[in-house]
Amino acid sequence: MAELGTMRVKGGLAEMLKGGVIMDVTTAEQARIAEEAGAVAVMALERVPADIRAEGGVARMADPDKIREIQETVTIPVMAKARIGHFVEAQILESLEVDYIDESEVLTPADTANHIDKWKFTVPFVCGCTNLGEALRRLSEGAAMIRTKGEAGTGDIVNAVTHMRAVFGGIRRLGSLREDELYSEAKNLQAPVELVQWVAEHGRLPVVTFTAGGIATPADAALCMQLGADGVFVGSGIFKSSDPSTRAKAIVEATTHYRDAEVLARVSQGLGDAMSGLSAAALAPEDLLETRGW
Amino acid sequence: MKIGVLAVQGNFREHAAMLRRLGANAVEVRKPEQLQGLDGLVIPGGESTTFMRLMRLYGLDEAVREFTGPVLGTCAGMIVLDRRHLGALDIEVDRNAYGRQVASFEADLALDGDGEPLRGVFIRAPRVREVGPDVEVLAELDGEPVLLREGRFIVASFHPELTDDTRVHERFLELVREEARSACPHRGPVEGASGEPGGSRAPRRGGLHVRA
Repeated sequence: MAELGTMRVKGGLAEMLKGGVIMDVTTAEQARIAEEAGAVAVMALERVPADIRAEGGVARMADPDKIREIQETVTIPVMAKARIGHFVEAQILESLEVDYIDESEVLTPADTANHIDKWKFTVPFVCGCTNLGEALRRLSEGAAMIRTKGEAGTGDIVNAVTHMRAVFGGIRRLGSLREDELYSEAKNLQAPVELVQWVAEHGRLPVVTFTAGGIATPADAALCMQLGADGVFVGSGIFKSSDPSTRAKAIVEATTHYRDAEVLARVSQGLGDAMSGLSAAALAPEDLLETRGW
Repeated sequence: MKIGVLAVQGNFREHAAMLRRLGANAVEVRKPEQLQGLDGLVIPGGESTTFMRLMRLYGLDEAVREFTGPVLGTCAGMIVLDRRHLGALDIEVDRNAYGRQVASFEADLALDGDGEPLRGVFIRAPRVREVGPDVEVLAELDGEPVLLREGRFIVASFHPELTDDTRVHERFLELVREEARSACPHRGPVEGASGEPGGSRAPRRGGLHVRA
C-alpha cells in the first residue's frame, strides 16, 4: 500500500531542493521569471517582506486565487506562508495542495504561545529559527525543513549570519558534550532530549536546513552556503532590485558554485542596483520580525 | 572506481554517501572537465528545470551526452535522460505526473527476479509514459515501469538514495565494473571495485535481476 505524508516523504522534497534558491513571488509573472532563472521553488505571497515592513498592518496568508494562478503558471514546487499558530490558514493551504507551508514570522503571528501542530498535516512544513533550541522545538512539532531566520525585508545579511552561526555553532557545541550532560542541555535548549541526543550524535539537524532573510546579492547567497546552509530563500532581494531576472539567475549560479570565487566574481558584475535595504541594526526592537516564534 | 555525482543542485550528497558505503570513490561534478576520468556518473533527484538550465550554462548537457560510461538517473535524473532532454534512453517521461507534494508517497516495489520488496520513495515523481523496444523494465508499481535499464543507463522514478537499501546502487556499480572490463580486457580489476567496503560485507540480498 502506498503511504502518504510520511516524514521521509515530507523531508524528501526538501532534500530535492538542496543547493537551490527558493524565491518569493507575488504574481504569476514573477513566478515565471523565477522558474526561468532556475529557482527550485517559489513562495507565493501577497506582499514581499520589504512591502509588509513599509506598509505595516496585519500580514496574512495570500489570497487562494493568487496561489492557484501561480500554481498554474509554474511546474516547480509552490510554497505558501501561514501565520504562526494559524492552523486554519494551514488547512486552507493544504486543501489548495501547496507543496510546502512556511509557518512564518514574516506574517503577523496568530498565537503568542503555540505553533501549528504540524504532525496533523500531510503537507510538509518549513519553520524559521534563530537558535538551536528554537529549531528543535519546531522539529518536535513536526516541521520537515528548517530555515534559519534573518531579518526579512531589509536586504541586510547580518542577522542571517548571526543565526546560522548560532544554530551551526550550537550543533558543534552539542557534539563536544558528554552523554550525561545532554539531559541538562536539553533543559537549557527547551527541547526534547531525544532530539538533542540525535543532533549530538550526528552533528547536524535531522532535516534539511536552508537560510533566509536579508539575502540581496550572489555573494550573500554564497556566504550562507559556505557557512553551512543547504540552500537559500530569497525574499525581497530579487523583485525589489532593478533587474530581477538577471539578479535571480546570478543568485542561482552563485548558490551552485558557492566555493568558486571566479564564478562568483563573474556573476556579481553588471547586475544593476540591489534593493536599497535597511540596516537591521537601526531597526527598533518592536520592528524586528525575527523575534516572532516561541 | 571513481563515480561522479552531478552536483549542480539536488540531493547529490545522499548518492555520494551511498556510493562511498559501497566502496566507490564518489566525486561531485559541477563543470564539464570534472567528467574526465570517471568510471560512471549519477544524476540525482532535484528540480529538472534547474538542472537543465545550470547544465546548459556550462556545457554540461553536451558533456553528459558525450560521456561514455554507465549512468544512473533518479527522479529528475531520469527526466534529464529521457528522449525530450538528453535523449540517452528511448523513454518519454511526464514530470510531476503523480500530482503535487500531498500526493507524494512511499510503497513497496516488486523487483524483477527478486522476492524481497524494495521500498520506493516517490517525491512529486515523474511517470514513464512511453518505453522503446530495447528498454528493460526492472521494477513496476501498479503495472507501470519505475526502474528501467537500456544498455549502460539505469533510471528510477523514485529515490533509492533516501532509504538504506543499496540494491539499485549495487546494480549500477556492477554495470560500471562490467563496462570497465569490456572496455579494457587486459586491465586487472578496477581499483576499489570489489564492492566489499572494509573487507566484510552483509550477505548479499538477491541483487537486481537483469536480463542480459
